[in-house]
Amino acid sequence: MKNTISERIADFLKNYPPFNAMEVKQLEQLSLEVTIIHKETNTVVFSQGESPHESFYVVNKGAVALSKAGSSQILDICDEGDVFGLRPLLANESYKLEAKAYEETILYAIPIKDFKPLALENKRIGNFLIESFASNTGNPYSIKHRGKLYGENSDSNQYSSDKMLDLQPIKYSTKLITCKEGTQVKTIANKMTKHNVGCMLVVREDLPVGIITDKDIRKKVATGLYPITASVQSIMSSPIITYPKGLTLAQSQMAMMKSDISHLVLTEDGTTDTKVAGILSKHDIMVAVGNNPAVLLRAIKRASKVKRLRGIRHGIMNLLQGYLEQNIPLGLVSKIISELNDASTKQVVKIALSKMEEEPPVKFTWLSMGSQGRGEQLLNTDQDNAIIFEDVPVENLEATRAYFLKLGERISKMLNTIGFEYCPADMMAYNPSWCHSLSEWKKVTTHWIHNPGPDEILLSSIFFDYNVTYGDKSLADELSQNIFDNVQGYPLFFTHLASGALQNPSPSGFFRDFLVEQDGEHKDFFDLKLRALMPIIDAARVLILSHSIKSINNTAERYEKLAELEPNNKELYLACSYASKALLKFRTRQGLLHNDSGRYIALDKLNKEEKIKLKRTFKTVKEIQSLIEVRFQVKNLLR
Amino acid sequence: MWPFSKKKSLELPNFWWAYEEDFNEKLPESIHENTFVVLDTETTGFSLTKDRMLCIGALKLRDNTIVVKESFEVYIQQEHYDSESAEIHGILKHSKKSTISELEALKQFLEYAKNHILVGHHVIFDVNMMNAALKRNGLPKLKNKTLDTESLYIRTLLISSVVQKKERYALDDLAKKFSISRKDRHTALGDAFITAIAFLRTIEKLKPQKIKDLLR
Repeated sequence: MKNTISERIADFLKNYPPFNAMEVKQLEQLSLEVTIIHKETNTVVFSQGESPHESFYVVNKGAVALSKAGSSQILDICDEGDVFGLRPLLANESYKLEAKAYEETILYAIPIKDFKPLALENKRIGNFLIESFASNTGNPYSIKHRGKLYGENSDSNQYSSDKMLDLQPIKYSTKLITCKEGTQVKTIANKMTKHNVGCMLVVREDLPVGIITDKDIRKKVATGLYPITASVQSIMSSPIITYPKGLTLAQSQMAMMKSDISHLVLTEDGTTDTKVAGILSKHDIMVAVGNNPAVLLRAIKRASKVKRLRGIRHGIMNLLQGYLEQNIPLGLVSKIISELNDASTKQVVKIALSKMEEEPPVKFTWLSMGSQGRGEQLLNTDQDNAIIFEDVPVENLEATRAYFLKLGERISKMLNTIGFEYCPADMMAYNPSWCHSLSEWKKVTTHWIHNPGPDEILLSSIFFDYNVTYGDKSLADELSQNIFDNVQGYPLFFTHLASGALQNPSPSGFFRDFLVEQDGEHKDFFDLKLRALMPIIDAARVLILSHSIKSINNTAERYEKLAELEPNNKELYLACSYASKALLKFRTRQGLLHNDSGRYIALDKLNKEEKIKLKRTFKTVKEIQSLIEVRFQVKNLLR
Repeated sequence: MWPFSKKKSLELPNFWWAYEEDFNEKLPESIHENTFVVLDTETTGFSLTKDRMLCIGALKLRDNTIVVKESFEVYIQQEHYDSESAEIHGILKHSKKSTISELEALKQFLEYAKNHILVGHHVIFDVNMMNAALKRNGLPKLKNKTLDTESLYIRTLLISSVVQKKERYALDDLAKKFSISRKDRHTALGDAFITAIAFLRTIEKLKPQKIKDLLR
C-alpha cells in the first residue's frame, strides 16, 4: 500500500546509489518503511561509540557533518543523497564517528532489517556496498562516496598534519587526453590548447609510457632544442612514475613532493603494466585542500552550478577557521573572506542571469547591503540585497520591474542554497520595496532623509552601507551622490541617525556586569550584535556620512579614515577601529565554534580572559556613543 | 442536568465515545513528547453547506520524525460533485482510487487523530469542513486543539511597519521560502507533508520551550 509520501521518497532515492540499482517495486516497498527525521542545526544523529540504530540514514535536504567526538575536525560532510551510518549496522559494531546536523536537515531513516534482504538478493547493491567499504578500491563510486558509507577515512588520518586534508575526497580527472609516441609536437600542442590542459599522456596499446607537460614544450621545443615537427617520443618524460588510483590526498601530496612533479599518473594497480585510470594535478590537490584563497577564487569563478558553489563555501569556512587559529590579523582575514563571499554572490548572479529566458531589458546593479556591504560578513549570515535598474519610460516600468523581481527571486533562492539565510525582514531584491529604478530609489531615499522616523532610520542604516556586487556601478554612484546632496541640506537627518545609533542598549550595567537578554529564546545570553557591534557600526556610519565619504563601507576602515580627518579624536577612533575588529573576530570565533551566526553568547562559556577583552571594548563603545550624542545634539531631539 | 442530553448521547456510535475517552488524557507539556497530526483535506469547494470533502490526508509528527507507514489517506464517496475543483485536485468522481463513505472516513480519522493537536495550513477551514461533515452524520464537533502554520509563520517574521508584511501567506509561499518541493501540491497527503515540513522549520525558528507557547 504505497502512499503519496512514500512515492515521493522513492522518487528521491532512485537517483542515488545504491537505490538506483533497485527495482521499482522493491524501492516502493522500502520507501514505505522509511521514517522522516527533521534535525535542527547542531543536533546529534548518532554519537561515537553509540550502539547501532535500527536504521541507516540518507540525507534528503541539508548536510550532516561526520567527525571524531570531542574534536571540531570535520572528516566529511554528507550532502543531498549521501548515505551514512550504514556500515556499523552491517558489521554490527558501534558507531566510529559522530554525526551532527551541519545545518537544518531532513533525513530518511531506512530500517536495516528491510534493506538487508534486498542488498543480499541484489548483486549490484551488494557490489556497491563491498566496494564502498573496502578501502582503496578504484571504483569511481567508492572514491566519490568513500568515507560516507565507510564512515571514516583512516589512511589519510595517519598522514594528515593539516585538518583540512580529509575534508573532501579528492577528485581527479578521468577524461584523459592521450597521444601516441609518434605524434608530432605541434599536433599535441594544438590538442592541449584545445582542451585547455597542461599535460598529456603518451600511451602505447593503452599502457602509459610517458608524459608531456607545458614545461617540456617550453624547455625542449621553444628553446629551439627540438623542432615542432619532432615526435612526442623525443621530448616526453619517461619512464613515468605511477601510483594506484585509491590514493588519499595526503599520499598524493607526499608523492608529488618526493619526485618533485606536478602531475601524478594513476593506474589500475599502480604499475605501468595496467591501464591508466586518471591524472591528478597539483591544482586538484589545492582545490581539495581548500586552504588557498586564490584557488578557491578560481574554483568559484569556474563554478557553473550552484551546488558546486555550496561545496566551495564549505572550503571557505575552513579557510576562515584556519586563519583565526593562526591569529592572522582580522583586517586581512575579513578582506579575503569578503572578497570570496563577494565572488560567490557575483557568480550566483551570473548563473541566475544565464538561466533567465531573456537578457535584462536595461542595465542594473545588484547591491549587497548590511554586513556584506560593509565587508564584514565572515560567517554565513543573512542576505540583504537590492536591485537598482536604469530608468525606463513609465509604460515599461512594471514589465521591467517584473523581470528584475524574477531575477531577484532566483538569485535569492540560489544564495539560500549556498548558505546565506533569507533576511527575516524580507529586505531582499525580490521584494518590490527593494527593487526600484534609479529615480524611484532617489525618491525613496529622499523620503527617508526628509522624514526620519525610527523605521526610516532603520532602513537607511541598512541601506546606506550598500556595495555594488554586480552590474553597472554608475547607477549606484549616481544614487550615492543624490543621497549626499540631500543629507547636506537636511542636517537634522544626522541627528536622527545618531539617535538611532544610541538606541541600542548599552553592553554593560552599572557594576560593569554584562547585561544579558531578559526573555525570549536567548534568555541569559549576551547579544553581541545588538549591544556591542551595532552601536559601533552605527556610529561609524553617521560620522562618515557627515564627512560625505562614500567609498568606505568597512567599519574599521571608516574609523581609520575618521582618525585621519579629525586628528584631535584620533585616539578614540583608532580604539574604535580596534574594537570593531576585536568584536567581529569574537563573533566569528563564537559562530564557528557553535556553527551559528555567533550573535548570542553564553557568558558562562567564556573564560576570564575573553570576558576582560570583551569588557575593554565596551568602554570604547560608551565613549564613541557620548561623542556622537554631543556632536549631533541628540539630546535636543524630542524622543 | 439537561433532561435530553442522556437520550441524545446514547445515539452516538461507539467510536465517538472512544474518541471522547482519549481526551481524558492530558497533553504532554514538552513539544518533543507531543504527537502532532498534520492534516489537509481536499474539498469540492469552499462552502461549508454545499461542498464536501473528497479526501483526507494526515500524518503524525512526533519528536521531529514522521513514520511514513503511519500516514493517513482516505478518499470519500461523492454525491455532490463540482467539475471545476476536480480539475485542481485531479480527483475524479469515478476514479480508480477506492473510496469509503463519509461516516467511515470520519470514524477512521477520529481513531487516528485521538486527542492530538491538529496542525494545518489555514487549519480552521479543514476543521470547519470536518465539523460540517460530522454534523451531517449526527455527530458533535471535533474536540482537538489546533495550530495554524500561517499564523505560526507570521510570528517568525520581523515586526516593522515599513517593511510590509503580506496579509496572507499561502502554502505555496511557505514551500518556496523553505525550499520544499511542491510536486505533490493538491493531493491531501502531499499538502499535509509540505505543511509538516513547513511546521518543523517554523518551530526551529520560533524555538518554543513548551507546548503552551505554541498554543497561545
